[in-house]
Amino acid sequence: MSFAHKHLMGIEELSAEDIALILDTAEKMSEVSRRPLKKVPALRGKLVVNLFFENSTRTRSSFEIAEKRLSADTLNFSASTSSLQKGETLVDTVLNLERMQPDCYVIRHASPGTCQLIHPFTRAALVNAGDGTHEHPTQALLDAMTIRQKKGDFKGLEVLICGDISHSRVVRSNIFLLGKMGAKVTVCGPATFMPPYLESLGVTATTDFERALRGKDVVMMLRIQMERQTKGLFPSLLEYYKTFGLTEARLRLADKQVIVMHPGPINRGVEMASEVADGPYSVILDQVENGVAVRMAALYLLLGGSEDEATH
Amino acid sequence: MKRKTLFDAAGIQRSLGRLALEITERLQGCEGVVLIGIHRRGVPLAQRIARLIEKAEKTKVPVGSLDINLYRDDFSTVGAAPVLRGTQVDFDIGAKTVVLVDDVLFTGRTVRAALDALVDLGRPARVQLAVLVDRGHRELPIQADYVGLSLNTRREDHVELLLKETDGEDALILESAASAERAGTEGKRP
Repeated sequence: MSFAHKHLMGIEELSAEDIALILDTAEKMSEVSRRPLKKVPALRGKLVVNLFFENSTRTRSSFEIAEKRLSADTLNFSASTSSLQKGETLVDTVLNLERMQPDCYVIRHASPGTCQLIHPFTRAALVNAGDGTHEHPTQALLDAMTIRQKKGDFKGLEVLICGDISHSRVVRSNIFLLGKMGAKVTVCGPATFMPPYLESLGVTATTDFERALRGKDVVMMLRIQMERQTKGLFPSLLEYYKTFGLTEARLRLADKQVIVMHPGPINRGVEMASEVADGPYSVILDQVENGVAVRMAALYLLLGGSEDEATH
Repeated sequence: MKRKTLFDAAGIQRSLGRLALEITERLQGCEGVVLIGIHRRGVPLAQRIARLIEKAEKTKVPVGSLDINLYRDDFSTVGAAPVLRGTQVDFDIGAKTVVLVDDVLFTGRTVRAALDALVDLGRPARVQLAVLVDRGHRELPIQADYVGLSLNTRREDHVELLLKETDGEDALILESAASAERAGTEGKRP
């Protein structure tokens, strides 16, 4: 079984077998991170450019560590200190970098379809680290790795994702992935955060948080972005917490073996109570650890082989 | 393509028996000795040899497994990234005698990768190599310390070891393009 994709632009184009291969490979990569010498020469001499046009702590550090553990060379491009400030376009930036023969771009941008836009201008492999509100494939993969570690199989698993659904690329990637792997997904949030036609993605949509929690095996809370408050999408953080915050009492409505997830960074007292974030059901820090393994797996599968065999 | 079974299950077990004896004879027992099998088929071979040594010496020998896919030197030629099997060495190899175990020794590149992988795990006192078959055609200065069967092969020939643990049956198969009887000798070539 081999990974026949040249890029990782989203979960939508992956098959269940592709996803299983990435997760299996990620498990093997975890072992590398637990050695005293946390490096293997698999991507020696390959250049990976981290093209981040948006701020990030987790994703960017995670990718950089993954690249270094595979012995790749990394170039960190930060929008704020680049010539973008002088008005250079995205495509021009890529055309210039391309002359330095990178093997891979890891891209995070505020606009959906960034990878698709620059695809014709580069020979490198493209990894989407988050494009606007579209997809964040490695986040969904590390979420899946965490779920698989704690729950074994995805088939029939009851998953609840709650928060700002309309602005979340994490939820989109997760809906695609969990759907392909046979889990049952419910999404929940205030009506102002729920776009129409969610059911067409194969999920159940509701604004009744406590009802939605019943019997769930996995509860994933999404970050509330403060900027949305100024746009009038919710009245106050406290009111959000009162209706949609995950408290210890509400968590008891879920399955006895429930796991609590969050992509980070957490707003304590907004999406969830501190006691829940730090409590025994929380696997939030496991998610971060798995992030490095999943990104090592993705880079290895994309770059650890000859160019000719991969397809588009 | 002519397909010949060189060893059946009994033949393989006899060879492994001799390898186990040679190892304990050369190392004067199994004190400080660990066996590490190279994925894929080196792993069940290492486990079988360990059991044979344990029966004779009445001591348990630690067994680990090594995945060399992250250390290969042929990435640009194999095609898609090879499937990982995982490394599992749950003991410290520092100051130990590590006997690497593999099924077939051919160009020597797998063993070169295994040595690199081993060095990243610790600093053994010494490393030795045990293989079931040495088929010649080395591309690197690599040698085995313990050999089950030395085989004269042509480069285009195909030598395959099947094992119950991985393939459902025990057999050593040689596939060669037409004519000429293969000469095989037990043990190391002179």
